[in-house]
Amino acid sequence: MAKIVASVNVSHVPAIGAAWDNGKANDPYWKPIFSGFDFSKKWIADLKPDVILLVYNDHASAFDASIIPTFAIGCAAQFPPADEGWGPRPVPTVIGYPELASHLAQSLILDEFDMTIINEMDVDHGLTVPLTLMFGQPKEWPCRIIPLPVNVVQFPPPTGNRCWNLGRALKRAVEAWPEDLRVVVFGTGGMSHQLQGMRAGLINREWDTKFLDSLAGDAQWARQVPFIEYVRETGSEGIEMVMWLVSRGALEHKVKEVYRFYHVPCSNTALGHLILENA
Amino acid sequence: MSNDTVRREPIEGFDDIPGTTLFDAQRARQGYYVNQFCMSLMKAENRAEFKADERKYLEKWPMTEEQREAILKRDWQRMIDLGGNIYYLSKLFSTDGKSFQYVAATMTGLTQEQYAEMMLNGGRTIENNRSKADWARTGGPAFGKNAPAFGKK
Repeated sequence: MAKIVASVNVSHVPAIGAAWDNGKANDPYWKPIFSGFDFSKKWIADLKPDVILLVYNDHASAFDASIIPTFAIGCAAQFPPADEGWGPRPVPTVIGYPELASHLAQSLILDEFDMTIINEMDVDHGLTVPLTLMFGQPKEWPCRIIPLPVNVVQFPPPTGNRCWNLGRALKRAVEAWPEDLRVVVFGTGGMSHQLQGMRAGLINREWDTKFLDSLAGDAQWARQVPFIEYVRETGSEGIEMVMWLVSRGALEHKVKEVYRFYHVPCSNTALGHLILENA
Repeated sequence: MSNDTVRREPIEGFDDIPGTTLFDAQRARQGYYVNQFCMSLMKAENRAEFKADERKYLEKWPMTEEQREAILKRDWQRMIDLGGNIYYLSKLFSTDGKSFQYVAATMTGLTQEQYAEMMLNGGRTIENNRSKADWARTGGPAFGKNAPAFGKK
């Protein structure tokens, strides 16, 4: 059967993609950021996942203001990189897994998660930046990837607890697939950052650390954090961290922390990164 | 009842976070064409048409004159006040060749250099930036130990 073996949580700051694509990865500003993923690159190369379920938010790229799905799943055979206003990133097209994705969609809906099914979609920096950080610049991404977009742009986003439960349902759905597959779930976005208004530039290292500690433990505190607390403590865009609860919920209750990296600043953002494996 | 009446479910703290505009369905409705205009800039041919004559391009969108003015002036805070959302607006500032950090800095009252310095120092502190009561007491946004070197440039 297919099995979720680990989660990779990572910020998806667009400037990371721009720095990488423009050959600035060794600049003094960016080098410590990319170096923070040296371990992770080796770890995932050794693990050789067959499939990544990549939880991210579309930043008004594939979905415009006309349609706002709360939870969606990409069932297409491939997903090209989006043009976000300066041309598409020069990264490989994402190869999906339509058969597995369709199974997951069906299983999740019967499990009472009303997924929006996406059969054509461009993927933006929210999905491609984590891949760049974890895999560098291969000719093609090393495994199949199923995108799971979550709305965190327009209030209200799903609650952290709902995201956790989606993770639980994903775990059940994956385990019901007969093929032997090693599956890794990516939770992306965050950590503290605010991109608008007089409070822009907010960083809350203490809160971010508490959140990382909770996910590396039983995650019960993180599950219950209300929307307003994310915004107040970590900035209006810090709410992206609810997506890390999908990936945490998809693991066993007991996990072990494999790697953690935290760096300020990455543009406007506290870059966070946490790898967990089932204990 | 006016069409502009905004009724939200009461959410504790929703309007209490200082210097922060939460983008909800009511604001999305107000800013719908601002945001959809921004989305149109994801196509290279539309970017070219917009750059050739910004006002003419904006006239095609049924937004308010106030919204058009804010866009023409690149008044990012005003665009947000009028229903724009930063992720949509990113298509506009990407078209201009500007970054999230540039745009965020313009909304803070800091110069871009000061803002970048604050970020290098660890970012804006959370202390005294949690609530409107904090700002009423202290007189405005706090920087804490990460403050940029004001006036030293």
